[in-house]
Amino acid sequence: MSAQTLYDKLWNSHLVRQDADGTALIYIDRQLVHEVTSPQAFEGLRLAHRLPWRSASMLAVPDHNVPTANRAAGIADPISRLQVETLDANCKEFGITEFKMGDIRQGVVHVIGPEQGATLPGMTVVCGDSHTSTHGAFAALAHGIGTSEVEHVMATQCLVAKKSRAMLVNVEGVLGKGVTAKDIALAVIGQIGTAGGTGYAIEFAGSTVRNLSMEGRMTLCNMAIEAGARAGMIAADDTTFAYLKGRPFAPQGEQWEQAVAGWRDLHSDAEAVFDATLEIDAAAIRPQVTWGTSPEMVTSIDGRVPDPLAITDAVKREGAERALAYMGLKANTPINEISIDKVFIGSCTNGRIEDMRAAAAVARGKQVAPNVMLAMVVPGSGLVKQQAEAEGLDKIFIAAGFEWRDPGCSMCLAMNDDKLAAGERCASTSNRNFEGRQGQGGRTHLVSPEMAAAAAIAGHFVDVSKI
Amino acid sequence: MEKFTKINGLVVPLDRANVDTDAIIPKQFLKSIKRSGFGPNAFDEWRYLDHGEPGMDNSKRLINKEFVLNQPRYQGAQVLLARENFGCGSSREHAPWALEDYGFRVIIAPSFADIFFNNCFKNGLLPIKLPTDTVEALFKAEAANAGFKLAIDLEAQTITQPDGTVYAFEVDSFRRHCLLNGLDDIGLTLQHLDEIKAFEARHRAAQPWL
Ligand code: SF4
Repeated sequence: MSAQTLYDKLWNSHLVRQDADGTALIYIDRQLVHEVTSPQAFEGLRLAHRLPWRSASMLAVPDHNVPTANRAAGIADPISRLQVETLDANCKEFGITEFKMGDIRQGVVHVIGPEQGATLPGMTVVCGDSHTSTHGAFAALAHGIGTSEVEHVMATQCLVAKKSRAMLVNVEGVLGKGVTAKDIALAVIGQIGTAGGTGYAIEFAGSTVRNLSMEGRMTLCNMAIEAGARAGMIAADDTTFAYLKGRPFAPQGEQWEQAVAGWRDLHSDAEAVFDATLEIDAAAIRPQVTWGTSPEMVTSIDGRVPDPLAITDAVKREGAERALAYMGLKANTPINEISIDKVFIGSCTNGRIEDMRAAAAVARGKQVAPNVMLAMVVPGSGLVKQQAEAEGLDKIFIAAGFEWRDPGCSMCLAMNDDKLAAGERCASTSNRNFEGRQGQGGRTHLVSPEMAAAAAIAGHFVDVSKI
Repeated sequence: MEKFTKINGLVVPLDRANVDTDAIIPKQFLKSIKRSGFGPNAFDEWRYLDHGEPGMDNSKRLINKEFVLNQPRYQGAQVLLARENFGCGSSREHAPWALEDYGFRVIIAPSFADIFFNNCFKNGLLPIKLPTDTVEALFKAEAANAGFKLAIDLEAQTITQPDGTVYAFEVDSFRRHCLLNGLDDIGLTLQHLDEIKAFEARHRAAQPWL
C-alpha cells in the first residue's frame, strides 16, 4: 500500500462504505454528549421510536450551563436548569454514563474525555461541539458535529461524511521563554486565517509538537477549528501512552499492551503526501494577544493594534475598522499599553492542570492589580481542581486575589452567570473573541494562561517572558 | 425535513465577512430544548438595541433600524447574500434553525465554514458557494435594484437574476438528492444496517477495548 497520512489511516480504518461520489459512512467509536446540543437529538430519537445503537459508546456531562460558584444552591436560572435536568433524564432513559454536576469527574466535555481515557488513539470521536478537535491530540479522528448528526450517530453509530483534504503544519525548533502551545495556535491562525484550514484535516507535527505535553497538544488541536479545520491531530507516541496508562476507560493489563502495539502505527508514513503544508519556526513565535473580534486578528506582545488604513483589501479593512470600534481600541496602540478589567483562566483550551500550574507560577507571591475587577480561575474538571488543590495552587491564586471556582465552561461563552458587562475588557485563555462571546458588548483578548496571569498582576498586557 | 426544489426569493445583503454562529444566534437562546422558535432571535445582538433573553416578547424590544434585516425593503427575504467564511465558529445547529425559522431558504456566499455548511442541508436550507466576483456582482445588482429577487432552481443548479443573467452552481449530488426529496439521513443510513453490523463486529473484535 502506498504511504498514508495519519488522517488516511484513521479514515480508512473506520470506513464502513463509500459511494462513487465519495459520500461515506464512517463508524464512530465515541460520542461525547453535553446538555446544549443534545436535547433535540434525544427528542428526535423518541419521536422516531429509535434507540441508541450503542449507549456504551457515549459519555455525557453538563458543562456549558453549570454555575462555577455556590453549587450547593443548584442552578438559579430556570431555563439553564431545565436543560441540565433534561440531559440527566435523557441519560437515565437511554442508559448513558453521565458525570452529573455534583460528581468530582464533571467538567468541560473536552477536558474529561481524555482525563478519563475515554478518548483513545485510533478512535473516531464526535461531539455536538466544534472543539471536539481537541481529542485529535491522541491520534484520534475527532470533530464537532451538528445536532442532526448527533442524532444520526446515536441511531446508527455512523456519520455521513466526505473525506477532507490533509494539511500538515510542521513546527520545528525550540519555543522561547513564556511561549506556549496557545501561542503556536494563535500564530498559525494569524498566518493562515480563520478560513485557512476550511476543508482540511490538520496534522500538527515536527520536533516542537513532539516535545509538547499532552496538555499542550490538546491546546493546539483544540484551536484547529479556529483555523477553519474541523479536525486537528497529532501522531501517537510515548507521551500519549504515558498520559493514558491506567485511566479509567483505557484498556488495562494485556489489552493495554495489545492496544499500544497497534497505536504505534498511528503516525503519517515518511513518504506520505499532504495537500498543503505549512512550515512554522517555533523560535520566531512570541507571546500572542488578539486585538480584534476574530482569532485571526492577532499579533504578538511586541506588536501594536493595526491601522485599518494600511489594509488594502476592502473587506478586511472594513472588518478591522468594525473590530476596533467594537473593541474600543485606537490604531497603533502598543499591545502592552492595553489595560484590562477582567481575567478568565480556564476553558477546554487552557483549563488543564498544566495551565493551572503555569498561571500559578506567574501569580505566586504577587497581587492582582487594583484596576482588575475580577480575575477568575476555573479548572476544566473536578479532577483538575482536586489535583490543583493537592498542589496548593488554589492557595497561590487566592492569596494573589484571584477567585478559585468550580469546573465548567464559565466565561468562555457566558451561558452561566459568569459574563462580561458591555465595554469590559478581558484577558481570556479561551478560544473565541467573537462579538458578545463573553457577554454582550464584552471585549475579549485571547492569550495563554501565563499571559493572562501576568496581565492580571500588571493590570495590562505585559511580556511574560520578561518577568 | 422540508423539500427544496425551487424558489424565487427576495435577497437581503449582509455585507460582512466571517459572520460567526455566535452572531447568528447568541448563546442565551441555546438553552432551549426545542428545535423551533429561534427565528425572532436570529442575529439578536444586531437586530435589537436591548439585550435579549429567552422568553422575552420580542415585539416590545428596541429595534436597531440600521441593521439590514430591519429595513422595510427586506421584509420577507428568503435569500441571504453574505461574504467569506459565513457560519464560522461554534457548531451549534441552532444557527441554521434560526435562519430557517426566520424564513431563509438559501444563503449565498463565497465560502462557508464546514460544520455550518453541513448543518444547513439537514434543515432544508441551501448554502450556495459562488466565486467571490460573482458574489460581488450580486451585491452590486441588489444595491441597484430595490425588490431584487433571485430565482434558485436546485434541480437545474441555477440562479437567475431578474435581468435574465444565469449563474450555475455546484452541489454535492448526495446532498442535492436528499434536499430535493426531503430525505431523512438516518433512514437512508439504516438501509445499510447489515454492512454497519458486519463492520462493527470486525472492528470491535480487533480492538476489544473499544
Ligand atoms: S469551554 Fe468554551 S469552547 Fe470549550 S466546550 Fe465549553 S464553551 Fe465550548
